[in-house]
Amino acid sequence: MAREDTPLDQETFDKVLADELAKGTDRRVAEGRARSAAVRAYRAAHGEPAPSAAAAPTDGAASGDGGQAPAVPAATPAAAPAAAAAAAAAPAPGGTTAVATMPAPQAPAPTGNVPEPKKGAPEKHRLLALVPPEGIQRVEREQGDRINVWPHLLIEEFIALLVVLAGLTIFSTLVNAPLRELANPNLTPNPSKAPWYFLGLQELLRYFHPMVAGVVFAPTLVLLALAVVPFVDRNPSIKPGDRKLAITLFTMLMMFGATLTIIGSFFRGTGYNWVWPWAQGVFFDL
Amino acid sequence: MKVKLPTPSEALDRVRETEVWKSIFRPGSIFRRGYKDTSRDRALATMNNVLYHLHPVKMKRHGLKLTYTFCLGGLSFFLFIVLTITGIFLMFFYRPAAELGSAAAYTDMQNIRTSVFFGDLVRNMHRWGAHLMVLSVTLHMARVFYTGSYKPPREFNWVIGVLLLFLTLGLSFTGYLLPWDQLSIWAVTVGTSLGGYAPFIAKQTNFLLLGGVVVGPDTLLRWYVLHVLALPFVLVIFLSVHFWRIRKDGGISGPL
Repeated sequence: MAREDTPLDQETFDKVLADELAKGTDRRVAEGRARSAAVRAYRAAHGEPAPSAAAAPTDGAASGDGGQAPAVPAATPAAAPAAAAAAAAAPAPGGTTAVATMPAPQAPAPTGNVPEPKKGAPEKHRLLALVPPEGIQRVEREQGDRINVWPHLLIEEFIALLVVLAGLTIFSTLVNAPLRELANPNLTPNPSKAPWYFLGLQELLRYFHPMVAGVVFAPTLVLLALAVVPFVDRNPSIKPGDRKLAITLFTMLMMFGATLTIIGSFFRGTGYNWVWPWAQGVFFDL
Repeated sequence: MKVKLPTPSEALDRVRETEVWKSIFRPGSIFRRGYKDTSRDRALATMNNVLYHLHPVKMKRHGLKLTYTFCLGGLSFFLFIVLTITGIFLMFFYRPAAELGSAAAYTDMQNIRTSVFFGDLVRNMHRWGAHLMVLSVTLHMARVFYTGSYKPPREFNWVIGVLLLFLTLGLSFTGYLLPWDQLSIWAVTVGTSLGGYAPFIAKQTNFLLLGGVVVGPDTLLRWYVLHVLALPFVLVIFLSVHFWRIRKDGGISGPL
């Protein structure tokens, strides 16, 4: 779209431009205001619809396709408000002070139906969104020192993946997973142990009454306590120096769990009694 | 008439010019002709790839440091993929059926070990990978704690992570029963009896999970369905939310 194609009223243009410049307005802004006033004046004089005050209420309510407006003047009033905006004036940067010289065309009352496409309308459509400054969400974030994920991170991830896959494959070639004799509900093996990640709990049940260990410790203290950690720890700092209590407590919990698991795995033998793994052997299956 | 054959690199260039090739590799793909090592093509390489677009285009430099994440979250996800693939392979050769004294499940396990091509290796990878995944998810949780990554705005992602840890344990535990040998049914018997001390609901929950009062053929079928379908389904849903929240909460946490 060429701006020069838009017909405008030269007299109005000159007059408004002189007025604005006399007021001390910046030349660029003054030209814009003069141009928009001139276009309105031209349209008013030639019986074309003026831009609707409702459709263009804010500053800078410029249309993206103002240059096409003269080509489809008659169809505009019947169209939806968006189309009226499309037929609006040429770009008017800065505050538009000129008043619309014709009453706004009435948009058809909403019927609830899907609007019909305009006859002869181009296949492509352009939409211009007008966003008032207060509608923009401002994100306060430092740009920081940022790098491209490809290739830096992806190569690192790929290497980590290959290392783990190679390790897992080699280990699986060398060490067979256990498969004992067929399940027999009438023959309890000695000792009977849970999978290793439950052995800490099984060990705990050695020391406490089941109501304490099974109820209080396992589901409540671990699942719930872990889940509510972010809502209990209100310390906003992530510096390890500021988080001595949190780190100490968590490390103690992890060490507690790891110790119990190791004891349950390697230091418990026949009858779930204490054994020294180097003396009596290991009673443990993965 | 003498026909000049194209050199391999010329032939590759010609293939990369074809419509088919260009339809497969979107702009920005490193396999597409004309990939340049510019910021724009690096960004497109991430955005225009179904696998990589989980990642942002740019990230904080410190997140690259191996000692910050130890790649534990990504490796847990990778192990989940390995377990899915090996698990699908094993499903072809396994029936979750058991009767007293003989069991199709156990016979199938022996067949996988002895007659199925690569069966033993795949089964070993599935078993060891599962133990490794429990370990890596636990260590991932520890890493997230020590870097303070659960703090606002990441509180809810931590809660999802705890759920994922328990789903991982559930997947590992349900899979433990499937070989139907002495090790598995007694480990499961001991394991479920540990939870059986909880008041009010424990008996009912155990009955529902076991399909009876003791571990039996009904338990095997239930845990098989949980293991291959129900739990992975739930896990993938929470995994998606987990990944999505990482991006929405501003990517990698820190630096410390």
